[in-house]
Amino acid sequence: MSAALEFRDVTLGYERHPAVHHLSGAVAPGELLAVVGPNGGGKSTLLKGIAGVLRPFSGEVQLEGVAQRDIAYLPQQSDVDRSFPLSVFDLVAMGHWSKTGMFGALGTDDHDAVLHALRDVGLDGFAERGINALSRGQFQRVLFARLLLQDSPMILLDEPFTALDQRTEADLIGVVQRWHEEGRTVVAVMHDLDLVRRVFPRSLLLARELVAWGKSEDVLCTENLLTARTLGAGWGDDAARCAFTGEVAA
Amino acid sequence: MIWDALIAPFVEFSFMRRALIGALAVGCAAAPVGVFLMLRRMSLTGDAIAHGVLPGIAVAYLLAGLSIYAMTAGGLIAGLLIAGLAGLVSRVTVQREDASLASFHLVSLALGVLIISLSGSRVDLIHVLFGSVLALDDGAVLMLAGAATITLVVLAVIYRALVLECVDPSFMRSLGGRMGMIVHHVFLALVVLSLVAGFHAMGTLMAVGIMIVPATAARFWARSIDRMVVLSVLFAALSILAGLIVSYHVDVPSGPAIILAAGLIYLLSMAFGPIGSLRALKTPAWHYKS
Repeated sequence: MSAALEFRDVTLGYERHPAVHHLSGAVAPGELLAVVGPNGGGKSTLLKGIAGVLRPFSGEVQLEGVAQRDIAYLPQQSDVDRSFPLSVFDLVAMGHWSKTGMFGALGTDDHDAVLHALRDVGLDGFAERGINALSRGQFQRVLFARLLLQDSPMILLDEPFTALDQRTEADLIGVVQRWHEEGRTVVAVMHDLDLVRRVFPRSLLLARELVAWGKSEDVLCTENLLTARTLGAGWGDDAARCAFTGEVAA
Repeated sequence: MIWDALIAPFVEFSFMRRALIGALAVGCAAAPVGVFLMLRRMSLTGDAIAHGVLPGIAVAYLLAGLSIYAMTAGGLIAGLLIAGLAGLVSRVTVQREDASLASFHLVSLALGVLIISLSGSRVDLIHVLFGSVLALDDGAVLMLAGAATITLVVLAVIYRALVLECVDPSFMRSLGGRMGMIVHHVFLALVVLSLVAGFHAMGTLMAVGIMIVPATAARFWARSIDRMVVLSVLFAALSILAGLIVSYHVDVPSGPAIILAAGLIYLLSMAFGPIGSLRALKTPAWHYKS
């Protein structure tokens, strides 16, 4: 169970405007990496690029040890229709999709695995509840249970701990740390820099351009953070064309 | 007395039996499709596609007269075309699907009415717009049953993927492939098929009613989607039965009578259903300790 990732001069964006501009670098197998930076800095866009939801304008994202469809990807919460009449069990069981596909039945083991995953995220006894009857924190736990079932060597999390209380945050960080111990590669978009320093060994600071990438304590120094802030998140209609085509200096 | 009112019309007249069977076939297939339309917030999409089939039916009518098979083929082609075009516009331009569908369906409704009035009489127009369930022949009933069978079988096949695509489309996308898009389009095709089948029984304007109204009523009674589907079918069947009987005794068009019966069920559900209804939203007189 080891998956690695390499960016080769990757530019991702919307309507010709780059959100991630000429990014190169590699994520080693089993790494626990935080992606940090200002709003509009391209963090979520980068995850979409890895997950294959968004195709790069140029360059490529190279995956090793995992197929793109097997990546477990947790987007920002707003994408789920919570009003849909579905039980917690059914939502979590979707994590079995790569095993069951459209028609495969859930075996006893798979059934137990769902309940087990729910226990692991602290939601014992929630299986039959509707997904519309959950708090924000409980729902995030449900999504983590689904990720657990996906059993993927590479896990992408987009702001997984935003707007959670301390206990929920601590529980879910425990899950992430377990993934890390199991040797899975985890890339998470983060805003809480103290949390990043505590939990994530490595960080990538992104403000459309790459600002710094390396050990979290080195990356998150005042100077780098200031650079990231001044690079900002502009999106000029009158921006000039980018003529950059050459190799990136290491 | 009850026999005379409820049973006798179907025993005495074969056209009433055919109407009942044909309409039930339409309702049983359309109501589950309607549940998904509602849950996907596409209720108005059904309406738009229903009008979109009109020019196809009109052209078929112009070429082949009141032939049920020609009109079915024409309706299917036009419906698929309009659903596909609207989807394409929403993908390649900035316009959302509801906006492009609205434009397309208004244009095609105008086109359809124009084509029919080119040759036909006013009676034909009313037949096409409001249907004539009492004039179904054996072939038509068989065709409606066939369409219902196809719809239900295909719906069962794509059920899991469709639910997933409704709840969490981005999760579907992250699973890779074009599964989500394929499921979406197969579902749209089912909507078209149900609407064209419904057109024979209830006309283009009313066909979408038997699809959406029972589904919206079922929402007030069920928390899970499978129960919603079962209830929507029950409500549809009940409205069809009631509508046909009323239209027989009072001599009003059957399509509107059926939809009005469904509307009555909807209003009652909205007022008295256990989930999210007016009654359920009333401030409770007591509450639990925890």
